[in-house]
Amino acid sequence: MSARVGVVVFPGTNCELDVAWAVEQLGGSAELLWHGERALDNADAVVVPGGFAHGDYLRTGAIARFSPVMESVARFAAAGGPVVGICNGFQVLTEAGLLPGALQKNAGLAFLCETVECRVETSASVLTGLATPGAVLRLPINHFEGNYVCDAATLARLRDEDRVVVRYVRNPNGSLDDIAGVCSEGRNVVGLMPHPERASDSMLGSEGGVVLLRSLLEAAAAGAAVAS
Amino acid sequence: MRFEARVEITHLPGILDPQGATIERALPALGYDNVSDVRVGKSIRLVLDADDEAAARDQVEEMCRRLLANPVIEAYEIALSELSAP
Repeated sequence: MSARVGVVVFPGTNCELDVAWAVEQLGGSAELLWHGERALDNADAVVVPGGFAHGDYLRTGAIARFSPVMESVARFAAAGGPVVGICNGFQVLTEAGLLPGALQKNAGLAFLCETVECRVETSASVLTGLATPGAVLRLPINHFEGNYVCDAATLARLRDEDRVVVRYVRNPNGSLDDIAGVCSEGRNVVGLMPHPERASDSMLGSEGGVVLLRSLLEAAAAGAAVAS
Repeated sequence: MRFEARVEITHLPGILDPQGATIERALPALGYDNVSDVRVGKSIRLVLDADDEAAARDQVEEMCRRLLANPVIEAYEIALSELSAP
């Protein structure tokens, strides 16, 4: 049975269909999860996709974390379920306290929309299980608030525990320690600013995201096998 | 009792403030060479009813921690004043 991926949709989310398409191209099945509902529809993995949830009012992700679906996502994550936040989804997961740190305005105060090189730093996460550490992937970024910050103690912990999942080869936005993505202590929650779903077919200019999404589908299928 | 709260939210010291840094670089171009430590934040004004000033302050503090500010990168200051009865 193919892995079921729940894709969360807030008012203002705009990458949900791209994620669903990419998941289905790779053999998974995708279900959209409206933010006002609590049900995760038996998802084996959850993706919080990009966009501008709740208009990004106050701060990116600040309002979205209080949506009913986020309670279920937090419980799912606490039980070890794979959860991935992409771009605005990463911002939502940090605001929700599921990932450390915060994303603030890019150092150059420019909205960035380009394809960048990202280095996989660890294969010990639900998003990089099939990737080779050191591999460089070409992934699109598309954000104004992608500048990762955290305090010195948190950064030291992330490094010691091998929780920086991907780093920019050339830092585009001022992120601390070139961080493009991090994972939770349990390694089952991952957030990253680049968009793997936009690099999931040669027609899109890069297939760099395929190994990441395949890793997620494999983690989801493994979790489903354990649960059944 | 009715209170007006003004919450000023700024970056924590030590967290880079990209907007503040940009303004700080722009001011000398206008001839203001003596300006430093520019920080850009936001100001939120709200009105609330509470039993007394301490209760009002406690509630605004809680709202700051839970929603209005992100304690990971932001600091906040609260100024309260009593409004005359409606």
